[in-house]
Amino acid sequence: MVLKQLKNHPALRLLEWWLLFLAALLPLAWISWQAWSFALGADPAKEITDYLGQWALYLLWGSLAITPLRQALGWTRLQRFRRMIGLYALFYATTHLLAFGTFIIGWRWDLLQTALTERTYIIVGALALLLLIPLGVTSTKGWQRRLKKRWTQLHQLVYPISLLVLLHVVWLIRDSYFDVFLYGSLLGWMLGYRVWRRLQRRLRRSASLSS
Amino acid sequence: MLIKKPTLIRPSEITPPSAYLNRRQFMQGLAGTAAFAASASALALPAPQFDKGLPVYAGPDWLQQQLRAGVSNKALSTDEKVAPYQHAIRHNNFYEFGTGKGDPAKNAQDFITDPWSVEISGEVNRPGTIGLEDLIKPHQLEERIVRLRCVEAWSMVLPFVGVSLATLLKQFEPTSKAKYVEFTTLNDPKQMPGQRSVFSSLDWPYVEALRMDEAMHPLAFMAVGMYGNALPPQNGAPLRLVLPWKYGFKWVKSIVGIRFTETMPATTWNKMAAQEYGFFANVNPAVSHPRWSQATERRLPSSLFRPNIIDTQPFNGYGDEVAHLYSDLDLKKWF
Ligand code: HEM
Repeated sequence: MVLKQLKNHPALRLLEWWLLFLAALLPLAWISWQAWSFALGADPAKEITDYLGQWALYLLWGSLAITPLRQALGWTRLQRFRRMIGLYALFYATTHLLAFGTFIIGWRWDLLQTALTERTYIIVGALALLLLIPLGVTSTKGWQRRLKKRWTQLHQLVYPISLLVLLHVVWLIRDSYFDVFLYGSLLGWMLGYRVWRRLQRRLRRSASLSS
Repeated sequence: MLIKKPTLIRPSEITPPSAYLNRRQFMQGLAGTAAFAASASALALPAPQFDKGLPVYAGPDWLQQQLRAGVSNKALSTDEKVAPYQHAIRHNNFYEFGTGKGDPAKNAQDFITDPWSVEISGEVNRPGTIGLEDLIKPHQLEERIVRLRCVEAWSMVLPFVGVSLATLLKQFEPTSKAKYVEFTTLNDPKQMPGQRSVFSSLDWPYVEALRMDEAMHPLAFMAVGMYGNALPPQNGAPLRLVLPWKYGFKWVKSIVGIRFTETMPATTWNKMAAQEYGFFANVNPAVSHPRWSQATERRLPSSLFRPNIIDTQPFNGYGDEVAHLYSDLDLKKWF
C-alpha cells in the first residue's frame, strides 16, 4: 500500500521522466565527445552518421516495443514514455540526416540531388524521415484530442515507416547480414505480435457472435 | 621452424632505412616536441608519428635489411599529402578480420605472417611453392606513394614499399596460354574471424584477378611494406597488391596463391553481385555503384565541417599510363 503510493508519487514520476529524457541524450553527448577528442579514427564523418542512424533505429524500435511489452508482460509503466521515445527517434533521425548533409556531402546541392534521386537506400530513408515528421508534430495531447480516431490511424504509419527503415539498412549492407538479421527479427516479432493479437480478437468476436 | 610473431617495436628502436635517414633524423629531432606538425611538411615520406606510441611493424630481419636498402620511385609517386600513419593502420577494409573499419586493427594483431609462402600454379613453366624470402630477396625494393580509391567513395594517399608486379611474375615464366592471373588471400578461419561468420555473404578464400597485360603494366605493384616498414597485418601483411588505377577491393591482401589461367577467373565480389562489382573495377567517375556515386570521393582524413570532397578522376588519375589497355572496351559495360 505504502509502496504503491510511493511508486505513484508525483515526484518519483517526474524523476523517472527526467532520467529517461537525459539518458536519451547520452548517445549524442557520447559521439560528440568522441569526435571532439579525435577518437573516431580516419573517417569520423561516417562514424558519426552511422552511430546517429543506429540510435534513430533503436529508439524507433523501442517505441514499437512498448505496446507488446505492456500487453504481453504487463509492463504498464512504460506506456507514459512512448511519446518521448518516438520523438527521440525523430530527433536522432534528424541529426543523422544533418550529419550526412554536413560531414559527408558538405551540403553540396549536386551531391544531395544525386543521393536523393539515384541511391535507393537514401530514397527510402528520406521517405521514412519525411513520414516521421507529421507523427512528431501530432504527438501532443491536443492533436490527439482534435484528431480523435484519425489520430490512431495516422500513427499506424509507424509500421510502414519501420519497414522503410529496415529496407534502408538492407540496401546499404555490403557483406554482413548480422545487423539486418537482428533488426529484422525484432521488428518481425513486434509487428507479428500485433497481427496475431488482432486475428485473435477477430476470432473471438466471431465466436461470440455465432454462439 | 620456429614461428615468430611479427614483433612490435617502439619507433625509437628502429634503425632507420638508409634511404630515409635524413628524414628520420629530422623527425627524431622533433620527437616529443612538434612531430605532429612535421608530418605535414613537404617532404615525400612522413614517418610514423613518434610521440604517440603507435605500433610499428618491423617484419622479419631479412625484410628489415631489404627495406633499409630501398629506394624511392619518384616517377611513379604522387606528391599529394600522405595520410597520417595512425589512420593508415586503423582504417582498413579487410573483411577476413571483421567488417568494421577498425576491426582489422583490433583482430589481426596476432596474425602469423612469418614464415609465409606462396603457391604458384597454372600456365607457368616454373610452378611450385616459394617462401616469401626467396620471392622478395632477389629484388630491390622501391617506395611508391599512390592514391588508394575505395569503391565506398573515400580515398587515401599511402606510401607502399615493394616490387613491380611484372618483375615478380616474370621469374615464373608464364606460358603463352596465360591470359589472366589470379591472386588468393589466405583461407584460415582459425586466425580470421570474418571467415567464421555465418552472416557473411562472401565466399572464402578471397580471390581477385587481372588480365595479363594489366598485371605486366609498370603501375601494378606488389607491396611488402608501408611507411618505410613492413606491412602491418591489418594492411595485408606480408604481401599485397597495389593497383592504383583500380578500386581498393582489387588490391588483394595476404596473398598465398598466384595462378595463371587461360580464361577469366571468377572473382569474389563479382561472384557476389556482378551488377555492382565488375571484373575490371577500374576507377570510373562515370559509372556509379548502386550505393555510391563514384563522381566524387572524400579524401581522408577530412575535416568534419569542411569535408574534403574532390572529383574522382578516370582511372584514379592514372589514365595517361593505363587508359590504352582498355581502348577496345566499352567501360560502361566492362566496369
Ligand atoms: C534523409 C534521410 C536519410 C539519409 C540521407 C540517410 C543516410 C544514411 C547514410 C549515408 C548511411 C550510411 C550508409 C553507408 O554505410 O554507406 C546511413 C546508414 C544508416 N541509417 Fe540512414 N539516412 C536517412 C534516414 C534514416 C532513418 C529515418 C533512419 C532510422 C530511423 C536511419 C537509420 C540508419 C541506420 C540504422 C544506418 C546504418 C548504420 C550502420 O551502418 O550501422 N536512416 N543512412
